[in-house]
Amino acid sequence: MTSPTIIAPPTGRGHELSAENEATLLAAARKTSRFALYKVWALRAVIVAVWLGSWELTATYVIDPFFYSKPSLIWDRLIQWFASGTQFGSVWENIGYTVLEATAGFAIGTVAGIVLGVLLGRSRYMADVFSPFIKAANAVPRIVLAALFIIWFGFGISSKIATVVVLVFFAVFFNAFTGAREVDGNVVNNARILGASKRKILTSIVLPSATTWILSSLHTAFGFALIGAIVGEYAGAKHGMGMLIANAQGTFDSAGIYAGMIIVTVVALLAESLITTAENKLLKWRPSQVQNQIKGI
Amino acid sequence: MPANKAPLIELRAATKRFPKNGGGIHTAIRDVNLSVAPGEFVAVVGPTGCGKSTTLSLISGLQPASEGETYVRGELVSGIPAGVGYMFQADATLPWQTVLDNVASGPRYRGASKSEARAQARDWVHRVGLGRFEKYYPHQLSGGMRKRVALAQTLVNEPEIMLMDEPFSALDVQTRQLMQQELLRLWSGSHAAVVFVTHDLEEAIALADRVVIMTASPATIKAEFRVDLPRPRDVEEIRLTPEFLAIYRQVWDSLRDEVEQARATAGQPDAK
Repeated sequence: MTSPTIIAPPTGRGHELSAENEATLLAAARKTSRFALYKVWALRAVIVAVWLGSWELTATYVIDPFFYSKPSLIWDRLIQWFASGTQFGSVWENIGYTVLEATAGFAIGTVAGIVLGVLLGRSRYMADVFSPFIKAANAVPRIVLAALFIIWFGFGISSKIATVVVLVFFAVFFNAFTGAREVDGNVVNNARILGASKRKILTSIVLPSATTWILSSLHTAFGFALIGAIVGEYAGAKHGMGMLIANAQGTFDSAGIYAGMIIVTVVALLAESLITTAENKLLKWRPSQVQNQIKGI
Repeated sequence: MPANKAPLIELRAATKRFPKNGGGIHTAIRDVNLSVAPGEFVAVVGPTGCGKSTTLSLISGLQPASEGETYVRGELVSGIPAGVGYMFQADATLPWQTVLDNVASGPRYRGASKSEARAQARDWVHRVGLGRFEKYYPHQLSGGMRKRVALAQTLVNEPEIMLMDEPFSALDVQTRQLMQQELLRLWSGSHAAVVFVTHDLEEAIALADRVVIMTASPATIKAEFRVDLPRPRDVEEIRLTPEFLAIYRQVWDSLRDEVEQARATAGQPDAK
């Protein structure tokens, strides 16, 4: 038996940091990351300034602002709408109509998409039977359906909601379907052995498991909802942002079109942030997907 | 083990076939005769891929036998029999629930109220040593801790039959030995019968009362060996005792041919 060679451990405290050194290093690291943030915002500000500035100058001296408009005119139009209202009632009323159409259609379309998606996802037989019908319905240019809905439901709010439902439904349905189909078989078997009934498996395993898929589709779905509402109003309406934009087009009010666009964009961004907050709350059990490169200090 | 006690689990000439991907039939196990007495710890060992896990899915009722019969408590198995616990090889805990809620899901499925289920679960979470981690999600835990959650999740229902499908094979060696010891500790008071599938012969002999050797695919029972080592056992120390080594040599003699045959059919060069 050979006797092992023992290597003596190094003496002294080596490279341990004292408390103040650690604090200094951390403060320096924080300063560097703050500086990086400033650089990002600075460049963003420069880009916006250059874009708006060049647009304003070009529209004043080179191109005709009647067609292309310019930031100052758009700003005036926005102030006018918010301060003294549009031709068709206050701008808040119109925003409200569009948001109402989008939200109501979004709710109906999402629920329908989830229910049908999960049911078909769990039943191979039903999925096979309905698959060609759904594919065909999905292929119909849905924007065109807006025209059909005007005839069915009139110029009121229901035709817009119907348009939104059709757009949102398919986006959510396919994701819910895939999410329901891809549930981990081991997890389902485990639940069965622990005593779960078929219904319990659906509600406690399939639905939560499909939530990731469903939530990811909700971002695009709300985008579609707004598009559906606006396009529905374009086809014929008495209220709403789409109607305002269509009217601006009809009266060659290019500033009005931009103003309408900006308002709708802000609404979309607000909704997007709400959905992201809900998603983060519901999905806090997930490991973080973003791998941040940890920079050394 | 009293010879006249009726077996808790019995497989008679059980055969299981699956359709193969490219067409044709793959026979996972054929003509398997196995019986497990109440409270007995049986390890099923065989080369990788031979069909050991299929035996468990027959006993648990997750799959019916293609031929032959499966009996639990003297009755033919149809659907999942009562009092069965199953520990899977891969993670089967619910990733969207905390440790406590995962362990409580068994009682909840069986009708307990939320607070009752959580109380039962809390006891078991402490017993497996995860008391501080009740509110954690599975992805925040290490592999060994997730196995403890799975163990608690199965044991909270106090099953009479524990089916374990290579439960520790995904862990590193040190964690694996720790979990083996934990398993023995948690099992020792419970009088549950255990069928423990593994490809690790050391693990099988260290844990079991009886080791069953399965042949390469299509698998059938080749031999059975009684393990007379005294309980309670220290999993890490027992591997070094001469009695253990004697049993190991005996069992490996039987298993070696099967492992070589499985390697040959898998296309790998013979390790000799």
